[in-house]
Amino acid sequence: MTAEMLAFAGVAVVLLASSLGVVLTPNLFHAILYLAVALVATGVVFLLLDAPFLFGVQLLLYAGGVVTIVVFAIMLTERLVGTSIRQTSRYLVNGALVSLAVFVGVVGFLVQAPPSAPRPAWPGDLTVAVGQALVGAFAVPLELLGVLLVIALLGALYFARSEG
Amino acid sequence: MPLGAYLTLAALVFAIGLFGVLTRRNAVGILLGIELMLNAVNINLVAFARFHADLAGILFTLFTISITVAEVAVGLAIVIVIFRVRRTVEADHLDLLRG
Repeated sequence: MTAEMLAFAGVAVVLLASSLGVVLTPNLFHAILYLAVALVATGVVFLLLDAPFLFGVQLLLYAGGVVTIVVFAIMLTERLVGTSIRQTSRYLVNGALVSLAVFVGVVGFLVQAPPSAPRPAWPGDLTVAVGQALVGAFAVPLELLGVLLVIALLGALYFARSEG
Repeated sequence: MPLGAYLTLAALVFAIGLFGVLTRRNAVGILLGIELMLNAVNINLVAFARFHADLAGILFTLFTISITVAEVAVGLAIVIVIFRVRRTVEADHLDLLRG
């Protein structure tokens, strides 16, 4: 039992438990808090995979940005107190069956796969390599991403503007 | 940990997110399930990138995270508009286009 296995087991338990909380809790506001935990746990998985830069991006964009936006949307569409925020689910059995089938299908492929090679050495500093790639081979996609973000911003503003 | 452990974890999270998308009635709840599924895919991308020592997976994850944030912003703006027009965000009640 190495330290890495212990860390992976711990973060896997946290990630799976909080994911189940997201889909099962009847209170939508609690679901968002569980989602924040799940997103941070995903960031810790990135850390275990030697990608600290992605951990930072995950915290800033997902755990910071997305959770804030969703909380705002819930405040605008539901009341945070009272019973209106409670929500029921439907098709629980069918949904569980379909999800289980998808999981079994994926794991079926994983079982057939040949055992993976051990983790190769990571060449140099990841953050430096990411920065160089973003202004090198991936410069055009990065610019397109900027255009997409502007379009999304304008679109969201257009949708959510007040009438008149 | 071997690559399979990370992929199995990602598959589990993906299945849980799919369950949420299929069973939630509230449109915001469905969006939360989609977030979980996208996260699982990101874990897969980073795991493959790490075990093949290939930077492209890391960069793809960077792009998917940014695009997901944009998608959430637009999706929630649509949810707010729907709420303003129909006074509900229950996905079952949004059948305006039904013939």
